[in-house]
Amino acid sequence: MQQVVGSNGAMHLRSTNCEIRNLTPCRLSSRASRVLLAISVAAHAPAILASTGGPSSTPSIFNPASTPAAEIHRLSLFVIAICLAIFLVVFSLIVYSTIKFRKKADDNQEPPQIYGSNQVELAWTVIPILIVVVLFLAAARVIHAVEDAQFPPNTIEVTATGHQFWWEFQYPASAQIRCPGRSDSTSPCITTANELHVPVGAPTHIVLLSADTDHSFWVPQLAGKIDLIPNRRNEMWIEPHDVGHYVGQCAQYCGTQHAKMLLNVMVDTPEDFQKWVQQQEAPAMVSDQVAAGRKVFETNACMNCHTIGTIAQGRFGPDLTHLMSRTTIAAGAAPNTQENLTLWVKTPDAIKPGCLMPAMQLDDQDVTALVAYLMSLH
Amino acid sequence: MADAQPMVPPLAIPQEREGTRPFVQVMHDWIVTVDHKRLGLMYFSYGIVALVVGGIEASIMRAQLAFANNHLVSPEVFNRLFTMHGTTMIFFAAMPIVFGFANYLVPLMIGARDMAFPRLNAWGFWMSALGGVILYFSFVGGFGLYGAGSAPDVGWFAYAPLTSPAFSVGHSTDYWIVGLLISGFGSIATGLNIMTTILCMRCPGMKLGRMPLFVWMNTVMAGLVLVAIGPLTAAQLMLLIDRYLGGHFFDTQAGGSAVIWMHFFWIFGHPEVYILVLPAFAVVSEVIPVFSRKPIFGYNIMVAATVSIGFISLGVWAHHMFTVGMTSYANAFFVASTAAIAVPTGIKIFNWVGTMWGGKIIFKTPMLFCIAFLCQFLIAGLTGIMLAAAPFDWQLGNSYFVIAHFHYVILGGIVFGVFAGAYYWFPKVTGRMMSETLGKWHFWLFLIGFHMTFDFMHIPGLLGMPRRIYTYEASRGWETWNLIVSIGVIFQALGVLVWVFNVIRSYFKGKIAGSDPWDAWTLEWSTSSPPPDYNYAELPVIRSRRPLWDLKHPEDPDWKYE
Repeated sequence: MQQVVGSNGAMHLRSTNCEIRNLTPCRLSSRASRVLLAISVAAHAPAILASTGGPSSTPSIFNPASTPAAEIHRLSLFVIAICLAIFLVVFSLIVYSTIKFRKKADDNQEPPQIYGSNQVELAWTVIPILIVVVLFLAAARVIHAVEDAQFPPNTIEVTATGHQFWWEFQYPASAQIRCPGRSDSTSPCITTANELHVPVGAPTHIVLLSADTDHSFWVPQLAGKIDLIPNRRNEMWIEPHDVGHYVGQCAQYCGTQHAKMLLNVMVDTPEDFQKWVQQQEAPAMVSDQVAAGRKVFETNACMNCHTIGTIAQGRFGPDLTHLMSRTTIAAGAAPNTQENLTLWVKTPDAIKPGCLMPAMQLDDQDVTALVAYLMSLH
Repeated sequence: MADAQPMVPPLAIPQEREGTRPFVQVMHDWIVTVDHKRLGLMYFSYGIVALVVGGIEASIMRAQLAFANNHLVSPEVFNRLFTMHGTTMIFFAAMPIVFGFANYLVPLMIGARDMAFPRLNAWGFWMSALGGVILYFSFVGGFGLYGAGSAPDVGWFAYAPLTSPAFSVGHSTDYWIVGLLISGFGSIATGLNIMTTILCMRCPGMKLGRMPLFVWMNTVMAGLVLVAIGPLTAAQLMLLIDRYLGGHFFDTQAGGSAVIWMHFFWIFGHPEVYILVLPAFAVVSEVIPVFSRKPIFGYNIMVAATVSIGFISLGVWAHHMFTVGMTSYANAFFVASTAAIAVPTGIKIFNWVGTMWGGKIIFKTPMLFCIAFLCQFLIAGLTGIMLAAAPFDWQLGNSYFVIAHFHYVILGGIVFGVFAGAYYWFPKVTGRMMSETLGKWHFWLFLIGFHMTFDFMHIPGLLGMPRRIYTYEASRGWETWNLIVSIGVIFQALGVLVWVFNVIRSYFKGKIAGSDPWDAWTLEWSTSSPPPDYNYAELPVIRSRRPLWDLKHPEDPDWKYE
């Protein structure tokens, strides 16, 4: 892959990469992007390497799959092109002058003493000013397009709340989420954690709040990052073009386990999204087979922090009503399997040292029952 | 090179090597000294010790990040390491080093016998030293989160509300606040002192327009210190009030604002970058002309660019905050102001190249570091332009791209400038030359290490790796790059070791330098090496920007052209 330097080869590698990821071939509209494909290839090399061992999940900013990220991508290629041109010119000047104006060993004459030149100095003042103006206009256009966007009526609304060290997502009732059987219109219709589901092809408007310290919502392929700051309401939006699973993570240092505050965004087809919505709207599973585990949950401190349907209303930890609809636990720190759930309940620090979930000191029988109960929460 | 006649022969008292006197007496002399040269050396040495300590912290972090899912250090320890690394490098390595250069060289360059306020000078140094001791005492004295020791873990910009008592129990954050508060007082004193010295102590004939660019750039640096440290001090006092007196400035649970802290911090933090980089510019502006055998190209526009960088740098701070959700107008304003600072900075780079152009370049170690500085600062400026485009920053901000960018500024720019200056003025300070062979080993090792580490560090940022994470998953495609980045650290460490060895060896065994080994043109080379306590027996009188050129070339003096 390192040998491929031509733009055709790079294009080929790019689309291969996209196919692996179940995406439609990447859009490469502008001419500038062709010029800079070599850079993209460099940036993609690890993604391609990783893809041999399984599904790749490199959240490269050069592989956008959503409107704001694509806008930023186009701007970034333009800015990189200008910077690369400036670099080549000035670097060549430096290299040329170090080679050309070396002192010869036998030359003991001082060179002509030049103190400056008004024309030259004027030129290298005015040209940078012009470049700065162009860059400003290009950036201002994208700032306006992203920050001042208007939303159509089919927009999905989500409130994302950052917690140490996990994400809470709440969907109020909207055109696409009808929220049956919910009379109280102010409470959210769906509450979930760490895995955001959105439909492809429609905008999703995300309100960003924080329950404790600063966080930052960053899924590079979908949009730039915006911080979640306590006592402040921020907003962002995404409009994914391609179905897929996009990864990101908290990008503002928020405490001990900042590193394992991962984000997973599932961009679903409209049908799959509706299925997911219906599943999330359903009440919590109640099964007599796992009554013992449910009793463990209800008689321990679990219910102080976690919500499960109407059984428990804790708000400090993630809502577990439909825990098994999620692929990971502990904000993406581990796959959602029986072994990991058991380990997580017994010793949370083994998966995520410094997290705020306490080890409940349950005996093995209780842990087994509790995990069986948790695994019934589809 | 023609040996220059000193303008005024120094009183011929050979400096006694201190080894001949009792150790206690030597220590006492250094501790009670108010001499600008000794304080300059103390500042510099203090900064180098901090640089090594901060470098060790960085090395541990790079060892942890070399592999995915590594378990070398715990998250608590890692968070302390990056907090201490950043705080140490900015406040206790870079600041003392630049103050050291200014302290030692400004009075010599303007033909003065000392700083304007010698005792304030000593006070400033000891306050800075005390601040660092307090910060590091946290390792043993701070009672932090359980099982985790003690040093602060809030990041070097300590965003609220992570610093509030609710999220930062114990006293680790207090050590950070108080340590920086105290060293900040010292910095303000030294800034005031440098400014006053330059404005009031110049020798006869040294008009502002005849000062060496080194002095001009340190003038602007001192002005920025006076303006920029105050907001940080104020914010830290407010944070102390929040933590201990029930204030709510940054207490978001009680209606305070986390964003106000960011504004306070970065209104200090961005000028701080220029406080550190202007002295590096200052070194480069002296070294490049001497080793190109030409005067600086476009002195007037260089001064104008320096002063305008000083002013513009006060209006760009919120480019550190493009992701906090400012309005589109605010974001656009800070794009414009940030991009505008590229203009005077670009002028400087062009003028340095213009100085080399048509010269006869001598590739001694100081010049090598300056040429590397030019290329690296060019790249640092261009990645800065990328980050200045706010939407691009929404992707790159707080990623490893930013880490790579500002290490390019601080290592590729400032530290290379510092090494250039260290090689250039070592003969003046000690009277002996540093070894050129070892100098070139140092240069190439450090250059290779620097580029391995910081060139490749841009890439994980572009691939979505955020800063300040103690570990990452293997599936993200970041591990190859991180491994290369970590390996580069070894070369950098070797380079610095060679330099330390070179300094020690040359101090005892270096070739005797004489007063003007580089055939240079500014006043400090007219006095003996090392200079006597009083610098100049008689105050020099100058007629141009290059007094020693005038002396060496009476047939073609500079003052005819100014």
